Amino acid sequence: MLRPRIIPCLLVHQGGLVKTKGFKVPKYVGDPINAVKIFNEKESDELMVLDIDASVDGTPPNYDLISKMAQECRMPLSYGGGVTSAEQAARIIDMGVEKVCISSAAISNPQLLQEISTAIGCQSVVAVLDVRKRSGLLAKGYEVCTHNARKSVKVDPVELAVQLQEVGAGEIVFNSVDHDGEMKGYDLGFARQVRTALKVPITFLGGAGSLEDIGRLVSEVGVVGAAAGSLFVFKGKYRAVLINYPTFTQKEQLCRTALSLYSNPSTEKSYVL
Amino acid sequence: MIRIVDYGVGNIQAFMTMFKRLGIPAERAKRTEDLQGSTRLILPGVGAFDHAMQLLNDSGLRPSLERMVLEQRVPVVGVCVGMQMLAAGSDEGVLPGLNWVPGRVRAFATTAQSSHLPMPHMGWNQLQVRRQTGLFGQGFEDTPQFYFLHSYYFDAEDKAHVAATAHYGFDFDAVVSRGHIHGIQCHPEKSHHWGAQLLKNYSEV
Repeated sequence: MLRPRIIPCLLVHQGGLVKTKGFKVPKYVGDPINAVKIFNEKESDELMVLDIDASVDGTPPNYDLISKMAQECRMPLSYGGGVTSAEQAARIIDMGVEKVCISSAAISNPQLLQEISTAIGCQSVVAVLDVRKRSGLLAKGYEVCTHNARKSVKVDPVELAVQLQEVGAGEIVFNSVDHDGEMKGYDLGFARQVRTALKVPITFLGGAGSLEDIGRLVSEVGVVGAAAGSLFVFKGKYRAVLINYPTFTQKEQLCRTALSLYSNPSTEKSYVL
Repeated sequence: MIRIVDYGVGNIQAFMTMFKRLGIPAERAKRTEDLQGSTRLILPGVGAFDHAMQLLNDSGLRPSLERMVLEQRVPVVGVCVGMQMLAAGSDEGVLPGLNWVPGRVRAFATTAQSSHLPMPHMGWNQLQVRRQTGLFGQGFEDTPQFYFLHSYYFDAEDKAHVAATAHYGFDFDAVVSRGHIHGIQCHPEKSHHWGAQLLKNYSEV
């Protein structure tokens, strides 16, 4: 049976790895290649690497770093940041990366996502949507933002996701700006809204502070991708940097318990490992 | 020497990395001359079926590959779309496949038991070993986990060729073996110790 994917998400900023809070205050957590090596040893399900400078600075992807990481990486790797053309996406795939993440460029021009999908196949195209609650007195629902949440696009994330799925995204990642770095759990209300709207695999990022949070997400929405940054790079309340990841047995147990809660919604939702 | 067929599609680098780590000599083969003296072949592939077939046909490698595999019986393993290319054809395209293992590639989306599931089939799934072939010789006593990423699957005509299945709405043919010709839908090059073990076994069959 297909298992939920538990995915460490690493952010690259000025050549090093960082972790943000609410998409701000990047804290240095280490060297990218070293982190890849550790996640190899821990046999993580996948690895997602997002360059948070490239789109904001308008620079192309850092091919040198991508190539080094891809050569080291023994698990499926997704890369995002600064990809604005099909040629760039194809070049990244050739380096040994499984999936290319597209965000702002696809949001402003869904046609581009179609071109990329034609070039590398939809199975390798991931649309990443940075999502936050609308602010303001009468505001309701969620909006999509870009450029590290400095710009907002007045569009409903689910509608946009459906549109991107139609033009060739093979996976959608919903990245919660409000929950980023808070480690208080995923936005389960949002996850529930999204669950039935899409045909492609979906992944949630933002908010996981414990394995129980991942269990809760899976028990609410079933087999999805559960991505996390802080959870896999910090330890303890003082956020000491320590790369960690559950063992195979822990993952198996977590997924089994969560999925049985998912398929039997009448049972108690309190999630215990 | 293991040669990874480089006809312009597929993650050659990931195989090179894996073999390097295993200490098993492997090279990429881009031209016919590169194929000389291969003891084992790997046929990778990603993306659309016709795109991959077209590139293989245009690469000039196909006549040599067919001679080696069909006449000299050099072992070969097709991976992902490389496995699908072993079939007679695919519902994804119009070009004929290599037809080395009788079967046809079908879409999960048109299969009643799987059409409601997220597509592509993406992530870690369990292989159910149905037949002990050289690929599963050692290290597969427990339930092996492999990474999958595909929307089409190989439907073997002769189920005696099925070496392992995986479950996605139904049990589909995830690994086929017809003598020295093997096909693997999942990605051993990205499947941690299970994938490493499978490639190691392959290097020793």
